[in-house]
Amino acid sequence: MRQEDNVSQISVGVDVGGTFTDFILLDGESGTWRTAKVPTTVGDLSDGFLQGLRELDVAPSAIDWLVHGTTAGTNAVLERKGAVCGLITTAGFRDVLELGRRTRPHNYGLSGSFEPLIPRNLRLEVPERIDAHGRIVQPLDEAAVRAAVERLREMGAESVVVHFLHAYANPAHEQRCAEIVREIWPNGHVVAGHEIIREMREFERGSTAAIHAAIRPIVTSYIDRVAERLKDSGYARQLLVMQANGGMMDASVVGENAAHTVMSGPAAGVLAAAEIARAAGVGNVITGDMGGTSYDVAVVVDGEPVITAEKDLAYAVPLRIPMIDIHTIGAGGGSIARVDSAGMLRVGPDSAGSYPGPIGYGRGGKEPTITDANLLLGRINPDAVTGSGGHAPLQEIEAAIDAKIGRPLSMDTVKAAKAVIDVAVNELAAAIRLISIEKGHDPRDFALMPYGGAGPLHAVEIARELGLPRVLVPRFPGLTSALGCILADVRHDFVQTVNTPVRELESADVDRWLADQAKAGKTLLEREGVTVETVEVRHEFDLLYQGQSHVIRLPQRGASFDPETVLADMTAHYQERFGITLPEMVPVLVNIRTTVIGVRKRPDLALFGGGEAKAEVPDASGQRPVYFGERWYDTKVYRREDMGDGSWIAGPAIVEQLDTTIVIDPGAAGRTDAFGNMIIDVNANAASAEASA
Amino acid sequence: MTIDPVTLTVIEKGLQQVCSEMDLVHEKTSFSPVISEAFDRSNGIYGLADGRVIAQGELGLPIFVGVMQETTRSVIAERQDLEDGDVILVNDPYLGGTHLMDVKMVRPFYYRGRPWCYLANTGHWPDTGGMVPGGFNSTATEIHQEGLRIPPVKLVQRGEMDDDLVKLVLANIRVAEERIGDIRAQIAALATGARRLTALLDRYGEETVEAAIAELEQRSERMMRSHIEAIPDGTYAASAYMDSDGVVNAPLEVAVDVRVEGSDIHFDLSRSSPPCQGPMNSVWASTLSAVYLAMKHIFPDVPLNAGCFAPIHVEPPEGTFLYAHYPRPVAGCAAEVSQRVVESVLLALSEAIPDRLFAAPAGTSGNLSMGGFDPETGRSYIMYYFSGGGYGGWWAGDGISNGCSTIGISKSQPVEILEQRYPILIEQFALREGSGGAGRYRGGFGVRYRVRLLRGNAKASFLMEHGRFGPPGILGGDAGAPNVIRICRNGEMTSPEHLSKGEGYLLGEGDWIEVETPGGGGYGPAGERAPELIERDRLRGYFDAGPGGPDAPANATTRKESA
Repeated sequence: MRQEDNVSQISVGVDVGGTFTDFILLDGESGTWRTAKVPTTVGDLSDGFLQGLRELDVAPSAIDWLVHGTTAGTNAVLERKGAVCGLITTAGFRDVLELGRRTRPHNYGLSGSFEPLIPRNLRLEVPERIDAHGRIVQPLDEAAVRAAVERLREMGAESVVVHFLHAYANPAHEQRCAEIVREIWPNGHVVAGHEIIREMREFERGSTAAIHAAIRPIVTSYIDRVAERLKDSGYARQLLVMQANGGMMDASVVGENAAHTVMSGPAAGVLAAAEIARAAGVGNVITGDMGGTSYDVAVVVDGEPVITAEKDLAYAVPLRIPMIDIHTIGAGGGSIARVDSAGMLRVGPDSAGSYPGPIGYGRGGKEPTITDANLLLGRINPDAVTGSGGHAPLQEIEAAIDAKIGRPLSMDTVKAAKAVIDVAVNELAAAIRLISIEKGHDPRDFALMPYGGAGPLHAVEIARELGLPRVLVPRFPGLTSALGCILADVRHDFVQTVNTPVRELESADVDRWLADQAKAGKTLLEREGVTVETVEVRHEFDLLYQGQSHVIRLPQRGASFDPETVLADMTAHYQERFGITLPEMVPVLVNIRTTVIGVRKRPDLALFGGGEAKAEVPDASGQRPVYFGERWYDTKVYRREDMGDGSWIAGPAIVEQLDTTIVIDPGAAGRTDAFGNMIIDVNANAASAEASA
Repeated sequence: MTIDPVTLTVIEKGLQQVCSEMDLVHEKTSFSPVISEAFDRSNGIYGLADGRVIAQGELGLPIFVGVMQETTRSVIAERQDLEDGDVILVNDPYLGGTHLMDVKMVRPFYYRGRPWCYLANTGHWPDTGGMVPGGFNSTATEIHQEGLRIPPVKLVQRGEMDDDLVKLVLANIRVAEERIGDIRAQIAALATGARRLTALLDRYGEETVEAAIAELEQRSERMMRSHIEAIPDGTYAASAYMDSDGVVNAPLEVAVDVRVEGSDIHFDLSRSSPPCQGPMNSVWASTLSAVYLAMKHIFPDVPLNAGCFAPIHVEPPEGTFLYAHYPRPVAGCAAEVSQRVVESVLLALSEAIPDRLFAAPAGTSGNLSMGGFDPETGRSYIMYYFSGGGYGGWWAGDGISNGCSTIGISKSQPVEILEQRYPILIEQFALREGSGGAGRYRGGFGVRYRVRLLRGNAKASFLMEHGRFGPPGILGGDAGAPNVIRICRNGEMTSPEHLSKGEGYLLGEGDWIEVETPGGGGYGPAGERAPELIERDRLRGYFDAGPGGPDAPANATTRKESA
């Protein structure tokens, strides 16, 4: 691990999204920043990468830190366009990945399809068996393994998954099998299930390994290509890659951690939100990332994004690695509004997508969307539409909203547009409410941090709906994921299933297992060689009462495993969360988790502050009528770059910047802080706003 | 009172959210794996006057779509002495119930000192006493053999739990120690519902919420009517068959006559078989709910409230096994009979609206129960294993494999967890080749699994279906493969006389059970199947026994048995 001062250095964060690739550069020495946005180049993603760097106007050789988030893997899995994988598994169980847990795609309705990640002809069995206690029931048939590898190679497999029952309890067979496969296999794309997660549940562990194998060849060849081209262009340092857990890793270990890159872009956004809020002195934040097709919600508690290991990437595609817990609902700027056959107004989940997009983009869209409603109500500037750069066809929008919403509901066009926004806001708020409550939080203890191009348009309304007192709009809502890349620490997670009653455990055993996991993490950090300030190790316990299925996760307190502390914490958690205590029941330690974090010195976010405000209330750049509540307000329009530390704007107001539009509703007021954030008090002055109306 | 479209949508979602939060608390705190892992529970809000469903959790078990309002109706009829803070406990099948294991709680909800509605939930308890562990018997001839029957009694009176009653209940069920946790979970869910509903009423006002509920009901009704109007007027008939009632080895017929008139649809089940001796009788609430559920599967977009059912008319099928009276045994009603009722409705409507229908799914909960004593842990256990099967081909694709019962949404338990909890080794869990019915869109595949008892003795019972007849295809598609059970004791193979049902099979160390679950029916003639799909299926070995197919492991086992 190198030790050096990285505060005065140049850091670049790059987030490759589905439509755009975002760049942000922070120059610690001069205290400046630059941003860029280029279309994602689907053919060769590295083209867009290098083009963006050119637009940042920085010599690659001058960059000290380059951190990259990518969705290359996520989409490959979702579209079943991953690498051709083969599976070698326990005799009798080759269909586990196809049969899943006996579910169906929808609660009601019996239609729908499912394609497993590895097709059946590429799933082969070998004789071997280990039981639930990790005892060998049948030895591994090594000759069968060799034969299976040869067959998979003949069938054109690019990567191989070794997945045996109960490998979490005893990985010996998986290890030996993988060893044999690696002797024969021509490349590094071989994974044994327990190497990714050592956790019980064969379908979930197998699916996680299959996701890993499906994207490993894609992610590694992509990262290799980027690294090579960067090197050619003069970049001399390490290429770092974001992970779904909100940490980063060195490109050299991406192969063995390929599954961890899934959803890393959105994770980086939440991480940035947590860091921005922490710098601004706000610990509890709910993030709302609204783009064109979806709204991503996550919860940050005491400055830490909530992590989960229970995500499904899609129907019957579970991924059980620790990820920042992001919940997605199908409501974005492009979500289509319609009246259903019961006469109910619905918004989403169908989306106009990025092409043709909303009617307002003028590219042939015919269905009214949330963005169109915002244009009609004056919230988005119709003369500078982000998606098209041109003028929005307001008359077309009016006609569509009138025909498809207004007339069926007997409302005039403006009221219909407002109804679309109100229904959307309610959906978004409901999603936040359910997610925060599911995690045991009262949303009123949180500030809302909106980002993404469409997030700040609706944040005040959502906050009011939920009773959140404050909205914190970061300086660059449209570049949050790219920024998150720069702010991340190096992070690795480990898990092992224990599944033993707490009172039957020897503390020394648990301490030894935890120490082993910590050591594995530290070794990995050493190998990566990323410069870090300190190394932090955290242990957590997944617990339940014997007979239950849902675990609760509690952090370890104290230096070693103490059953009494764990039991007391568990009782307290139950009392607080569900209002019940269960003294009759037997507590069980299901999994032990270890997180090893190489803490980096972070760039100082104060460089986003525009310096002392010139005047408390900045000059407006324009004025236009905007519809709020039940009527039009003559509303001042400001430019974000005119704000300084201490700038104050009372609603109704619109603040425009390149990557988003902030709406400050009547009765709310925004103040810019030293970090360039705009903090909106949603109930600043309800009374006086009414009076001046 | 007119209500604006936005407020209406907001209240609709608000009521839904109250139910979802109840479901969530119920599920997360439960001990019964059938509730927490298999989601066999339901929570909802029901009308004050007549128990009509106002809202019900979308994550609840589908069979309860129509059951819970019947339960609430029975409680209203039986108990006029309810007070704020009371919670009623009930599982009586004849009073708006299903089987005894579905234990319901009903709580009158008071707003500002006045009764306003009912909150109710149901959770599947792993045991409620009776002749077989787990309650899924297949040979009872009266309800008293099936377990503890609880009429609507006050479990909680003005906030105070009746500990004597709890003792009485717990003394009559197996593995009772975890049930106090389930009782608390169920009460906690109702309390959560009460808090959230109070908040909703505080925010929007009683009058607005009441107006919204009435409006939402009308709109669901309108939507369902518009769907029914699209079905050509006329009469449609179909029959679905149960293998047997478990006691008399002869099939039972569910015969449905459907009459569509404009926007109303009538279901007459009166040509069905008479009441049966064994536990395959269905109580009225289950039968009615099954018809509602079939319609909800065909038209899933209609929001769930009483309005959704208004255009659906079901004649009470008095004199048939679908309208059971005391003391007829009913253990199979929710898990099996209801699925045959659903199937009969799907089959009847398949010719009328082929572009909305699916061929018959496996349509059984496929319950294997094993109860025994594990000498290694020194503990008794009851293992439930519900298996899935193939779904029917549908208008644009093949059926999925290993789908869950149509009346459920429960996940099966992982092999690794089953082997940890019980003294068994599962030697195979595989796709059952060739089990999907052929068709333009073929049925999905069933499952083959084999369970070997490692230690001690155990008693096994089976409550499955489609052993005699495979799930039928529609529009010229073939039927899926029927359910098969094999039991090997001391090296000797048997199958239950009733094919898919049987109980009291005593197993010793090394004995094993193999089950092959049904595949789904095919959609449309097999001759119309696209050649590339046939080639794909061939490549994947879906219709032959490739490596890992039935031959290899089965032979291995035979060798072991004979050795």
